[in-house]
Amino acid sequence: MSEDVDIDVEYLTRVEGHGNIEVNARNGKIEKCEWQVVEAPRFFESLVVDRDWTELHHVTSRICGICSIGHTLASLKATEDAMDIDVSEQDKKLRKLALHGENMQSHVLHVGYLALPDLMDSKSVVPLTETHEEEVKTVIRLHRLANEMSDVITGRTTHPQRLIPGGFSKIPTENELMELKNKLEGSFNDLTAVANLLNDLESKIPAFERETEYISLTHEDEFALYDGDICSSDTGRTPVEEYLEITNEYTVPQSTAKYTKNNRESYMVGALARLNNNYGQLSPMAKDIAEKFDFDPLVCNPFMNTIAQVVEVVHSVEDSIRLIEELLDEGLEEQEEYNSPDIEPKAGRGIGAVEVPRGILFHDYTYDKDGKCTEANCVIPTNQNHGNIQLDMEKMVPDIISKPEEEVEKQLSMLVRAYDPCISCSTHDLNIKFID
Amino acid sequence: MKPEERPKAAFFDFAGCEGDQLQVANLEEKILDLLNIVELVSFREVMTEHSDDYDVAFIEGSITDSHAEERLKEIRNNADIVVAIGACATIGGINSIRNAQDFEKVQERVYGDEREHYEAWEKAKPAKAVVDVDYEVHGCPIDREEFLHVVQSIVMGREPNIPDYPVCVECKLNENVCAFERDEFCVGPVTRAGCDSCCVNEGTICWGCRGMIDNPNEEAHEEVLEEYGLTAEEVMKKFDLYFTWQKEAREDE
Ligand code: SF4
Ligand code: SF4
Ligand code: SF4
Repeated sequence: MSEDVDIDVEYLTRVEGHGNIEVNARNGKIEKCEWQVVEAPRFFESLVVDRDWTELHHVTSRICGICSIGHTLASLKATEDAMDIDVSEQDKKLRKLALHGENMQSHVLHVGYLALPDLMDSKSVVPLTETHEEEVKTVIRLHRLANEMSDVITGRTTHPQRLIPGGFSKIPTENELMELKNKLEGSFNDLTAVANLLNDLESKIPAFERETEYISLTHEDEFALYDGDICSSDTGRTPVEEYLEITNEYTVPQSTAKYTKNNRESYMVGALARLNNNYGQLSPMAKDIAEKFDFDPLVCNPFMNTIAQVVEVVHSVEDSIRLIEELLDEGLEEQEEYNSPDIEPKAGRGIGAVEVPRGILFHDYTYDKDGKCTEANCVIPTNQNHGNIQLDMEKMVPDIISKPEEEVEKQLSMLVRAYDPCISCSTHDLNIKFID
Repeated sequence: MKPEERPKAAFFDFAGCEGDQLQVANLEEKILDLLNIVELVSFREVMTEHSDDYDVAFIEGSITDSHAEERLKEIRNNADIVVAIGACATIGGINSIRNAQDFEKVQERVYGDEREHYEAWEKAKPAKAVVDVDYEVHGCPIDREEFLHVVQSIVMGREPNIPDYPVCVECKLNENVCAFERDEFCVGPVTRAGCDSCCVNEGTICWGCRGMIDNPNEEAHEEVLEEYGLTAEEVMKKFDLYFTWQKEAREDE
């Protein structure tokens, strides 16, 4: 390739939202290497101001279609924290199932529809429907199962209906849970098939490493998704109430999204961060799969995030089966139809944190005495990864800049896609610019 | 239909959450039915391929700056048929809540002192406020079956069947206990049906995501309004998660 490189990928495809990559080099010298997020801002932190506490989760669910269950739960937890609302153990288990369903749905979509085509040298999943019909069908089956799970627990896959402050407006029946459990148990062959497929393609995963700080929730009793303290691979545990000391948001000129940093210039959140911090708590089969890929924390190759997602899908299936068994053993406690817990709103501030497919998510609300929101802050996983993507690019580009332009472009796109950025949440975009 | 006769279809997203495109991806096996009747040439969320040669353009999300306006006008020029999908694109959706807020404050709440960096209109607009739109698929998110129905109708050259009566009609058929009976508030009496009152079926209320029926003052659900001593105006005024743009457009008429 020539000494001059101009890459300009505008609206990077196969990621949610809009992002651009811009790289240019003159006489072999890199002049610019930039990850830009140019999503139209949607102003959620303002949309919720003056709204009633019963509406906030409905509004903030719309931050992101893919993570709508996670946003709804973070929102409910913040409201429940602000107003000291109790949630029963049964409802917590059902919420954990909802989160597993979303995690599976999102990860299968990303791995199967978005990342696999890169590894199989295809432009998208559409040509694969002809060349690799069986594999695509396996992915579709798993994806549908994940969606069915969200439907059974929350009423609807995208923008759940049953999740409300204090619990659920409606819960599934024991029969529905039993049926779901059977289906989950029937998915192990498909899970193994996807893991094997990726295992065969492992050599296509770029060998790139950059050590960084990994941040996720952590919990004594379980692989943390719904609950826990903040955990940093550098600085250890921090209570969720002090999240602002970890996230330290700042704005950069090339992006409409806010960036974050803690102990270093950037940190990473998401499946890889969760595995790095909580590996020992994975379910047995998830660990077996991780071992197939020689996963040994700390893993510092961001491309391994895709593999970490596969491992998490397996964990979610196994853990969901365990949760359903517990619920059925205890016997499902029935609740009123159109359940709406009796809650007196009160003034206060509350913070909710959950792990969503792309990483740790915070919602932070302040309410007045009538339960009207006066102030809100949401820190979204993708935003927490932007700084890390930028630094990965800066390290990677000099190593690969002498390769043909398409290859550089492909590897950079793959890097960004490995983070599975959901830029619509961060505000929204992915384009690579090699400028000529 | 022969593969070469299928109209070419492309998806475009503006300010939204991409939940509607996700609903399309979530068609699972039925996505193959879709591929039988249209040729997908652009669907950025799942494919790298892209072409500007398309017959049908699906628009998701609201239009919130002049860059987006230009992009949408170009799409309108390229396409024979433009279909807005989801509340953000049909009625401004959740984004339009801010249309009733003081824009200075809106920017300050999100970006503090840095607000000058970003161009954004004071008001979020639906697609039809910027270009002519041929069809609309309502909801936040859209309903998968209704989406397929609209696409099939377009391909067959038939008018899709989109209700213009209130959600209460479906809700009564489903024999739900009315939200007002449970001391909750509901905008079902003025909201366009077509979702089978799914949110009430799931134990909550209708939030209004499909937008108001064309003529709420005349066509609202009389029986429910009378029973609980309400008027259509009161319902629209009290609760406006999704209606801000529509209400303003009505006032301008
Ligand atoms: S209409 Fe709803 S589902 Fe569609 S983009 Fe807007 S917020 Fe998302
Ligand atoms: S007001 Fe709401 S709950 Fe009552 S009948 Fe109408 S849609 Fe159903
Ligand atoms: S019941 Fe109301 S809020 Fe729910 S989908 Fe239907 S129109 Fe939308």
